Amino acid sequence: MDYIKAFLMGGLICAIAQILIDKTKLTPARILVTYVTLGAILGGLGVYKKLIDIGGAGATIPLLGFGNSLAQGVIKAVEKDGLIGVFTGGLTATAGGISAAVFFGYIFSLIFNPRTKK
Amino acid sequence: MERDVKKEQEYKNIAQKYEPKPALLKNIVMAFVVGGLISDIGQFFLNFYLSRGYSMQDANTLVSITMVFLGAFLTGIGVYDDIGKFAGAGSIVPITGFANSIVSPAMEFKREGFVFGAAAKMFTIAGPVIVYGVSTSIIIGLIYYFLK
Repeated sequence: MDYIKAFLMGGLICAIAQILIDKTKLTPARILVTYVTLGAILGGLGVYKKLIDIGGAGATIPLLGFGNSLAQGVIKAVEKDGLIGVFTGGLTATAGGISAAVFFGYIFSLIFNPRTKK
Repeated sequence: MERDVKKEQEYKNIAQKYEPKPALLKNIVMAFVVGGLISDIGQFFLNFYLSRGYSMQDANTLVSITMVFLGAFLTGIGVYDDIGKFAGAGSIVPITGFANSIVSPAMEFKREGFVFGAAAKMFTIAGPVIVYGVSTSIIIGLIYYFLK
């Protein structure tokens, strides 16, 4: 059942992005920036948590979930450490994903070469 | 010259027939299916890590790391771009697409050097995402701190 919910939630979030790409002048890069910002706002308002409760990985895998993690991390850190938490919480909560992206991104771009265009 | 309304209409009908059909619906369906499938792969790893006794938060972090690894690897071997050709947003919006946006330009610009080529170009798209994401979260943190 959680696979069906994840499929529907993740699919819906991607379908909305596709509509935005086709119907507006938003480029894929702008979609990603828009989604991470929107995810952070929804996370700050506490709304995104409900989408994760419903969709599981379908809500955390899209970039909206990355934004939500940033916001949730900041809120938790502010509760624990006060003002310092404003600056430490976001990246602490997302450190795993960002570090993995930097490291694996660099390693794989060293190992592999772009395919020659036919 | 008198306008031949009938001929005009006929021309319009013919022209309409050969106009490229907007592929919107097909694009949306493909994005939905691929985005959903990538989410299911994430759900599979989430269930796996949870079953190994990790907390929800740790399991989610491990899923992010796993999916980033897969996205970066599939981009390296060229498969992710093949998926992207028909999946559109379905392959862009998931965190695997974030990894793709890092590896793709880094591979491309490697020949311009390993510092200002590969390492700098890694952040062509990831950089703005982090800038806007972190900045938004700091504003949220400030609001939360002062309203708490």
